[in-house]
Amino acid sequence: MWDYVLERRELIAFQAFQHVSLVVQCVLLGTVIALALAVLVYRSPAATALANGVSAVGLTIPAFALLGILLAPFGFGITPAVIAVTFYAALPVLRNAVVGLAGVDRSLVESARGIGMSRSAVLFRVELPLAWPVVLAGIRISTQMVMGIAAIAAYVLGPGLGGLIFSGLSRLGGANALNSTLVGTIAIVLLALVLDLLLVLAGRLTTPRGIRV
Amino acid sequence: MSETTTPETPASDAAVPQRRVSGVAIRLDGVTKHYPGQDRPAVDDVDLEIPAGETVMFVGPSGCGKTTLLKMLNRLIEPSGGRIHLDGEDVTDQDPDKLRRRIGYVIQAGGLFPHMTVATNIGLVPRMLGWDKPRTATRVDELLDLVGLDPAVYRDRYPRELSGGQQQRVGVARALAADPPVLLMDEPFGAVDPVTRLRLQDELLRIQEELGKTIVFVTHDFDEAVKLGDRIVVFDIGARVVQYDTPDAILASPAEEYVADFVGAGATLKQLTLTRVGDVELEQVTTAAVGTDAAAAVAAARAAGQDFVVVLDERGRPISWPTLAELGRATTVPATVDPRLPVVGVRSTLNDALDTMLAASQGGVVVTGRREALAGVLKVEAVMAAIRRSRAEVAG
Repeated sequence: MWDYVLERRELIAFQAFQHVSLVVQCVLLGTVIALALAVLVYRSPAATALANGVSAVGLTIPAFALLGILLAPFGFGITPAVIAVTFYAALPVLRNAVVGLAGVDRSLVESARGIGMSRSAVLFRVELPLAWPVVLAGIRISTQMVMGIAAIAAYVLGPGLGGLIFSGLSRLGGANALNSTLVGTIAIVLLALVLDLLLVLAGRLTTPRGIRV
Repeated sequence: MSETTTPETPASDAAVPQRRVSGVAIRLDGVTKHYPGQDRPAVDDVDLEIPAGETVMFVGPSGCGKTTLLKMLNRLIEPSGGRIHLDGEDVTDQDPDKLRRRIGYVIQAGGLFPHMTVATNIGLVPRMLGWDKPRTATRVDELLDLVGLDPAVYRDRYPRELSGGQQQRVGVARALAADPPVLLMDEPFGAVDPVTRLRLQDELLRIQEELGKTIVFVTHDFDEAVKLGDRIVVFDIGARVVQYDTPDAILASPAEEYVADFVGAGATLKQLTLTRVGDVELEQVTTAAVGTDAAAAVAAARAAGQDFVVVLDERGRPISWPTLAELGRATTVPATVDPRLPVVGVRSTLNDALDTMLAASQGGVVVTGRREALAGVLKVEAVMAAIRRSRAEVAG
């Protein structure tokens, strides 16, 4: 297998880069969308319940099925891959953001209002910073999950290491087929670990010292 | 004790009008709060005049609407009817965010933001009002000093690194940051232990003596109301004002049986809550500054016929009271802070002083005045003498 890696190191490195790039960009986009939705719904119990329902049901949709559905309007390529990966990335963040915002001590919000902070100042200076550790936990779950889902996106000819896995699986029994699948899988696991470490570091840097655990 | 007796007006009350006043008057006209779906209004048509620079205590059973009424003053709860005037100006329709920056607000446990340092917390309102950073920083230090916390030590701490009492002090400092004329306090000392509560009450009295704000203070503790208030409003359900008067007057002649019940039957020793430490003659003691010659301090105390010395830190605050034997063993006066040193403020009640003595198993307490500087020492004998005197007065 080592020879296999050495022979194709440039291709593997390129696909790994594409994979990580897809995941990181989709997680960022998904986080922005999820935070915006969470801010819209967290004050209303009905909307909160709806959001939680959507994020729970959304996660049960098989990635293959979603990609298949997206093929019809968007065809093969990057677009359906990005849409599907962003969709799955947003769900855990949405759930955690709603929980995090709802978990902010009401007396602190009242205290913030009481000293004359505007609604948006309360959100940006008090509620979001206090909910941040919970949101960040959601981002970590998201990232781990969509590293795998991004591999399935190769089914619609999306970019990334999924190509190695699929081409190996389709030629199973042939030369290097197992190597191709294994290398793709192992690379995804390793990259997921690296990304998680980076997120832990980002968490340390972005969580205010006063609320660090 | 006969209930018709009018208690002697304590000397400290006579001093009230001379106090510097930076507060403004508040007037409520028919203020009402009706929640949808409830038959009775939570606050029913309340008229109230709160004079500038006075501390007015709202007391009453839970659910009587006193907190709702307080929160209508800074419009955290919008009144459904009536007008609110601040310094003669109708603020009922003013932008609530702007209004609140002129009204300090303190809640239980301080309501500090855990992700911000002490300095950031205190500086929030000045920054919102557009003060620049240096001016805000100076003000933060000034306020920490005012509430008895060393700015160099506490400025950059986070709330969770403070004790409950310290958090509450920072909460008061934050409320005072932009020097608002009015301070609203919603059961601020409800979550701290009794000893810390006494200290915080003393602090508040001391700060109020310096600043003369208009303070509206909600509590369910009648003793706290008597101790802190220039006036007390006793509420019943629907925020009906049952009695609005000075503590002495309410204790002496409760308006209704309801008030009498609320005040409590144990009024025999109520004099203890009405008499302030500052009204009793304090014993003047020998003091010694940290780092000075111990032998000289011992000699001075001997000459004065005293068996202990009060040690003062560089700001004149008492930190310990070693006996002459203890002090004699050292060459210079030590800087050790005695954490169990019993201290009360001059505006504390005799009741607090007795409590503090008992808690520390000591026969006396150290009394502090402005900025926690030493005012003297109060011995248990002096408290007993004061009780005997007041009982004799009542009987006679």
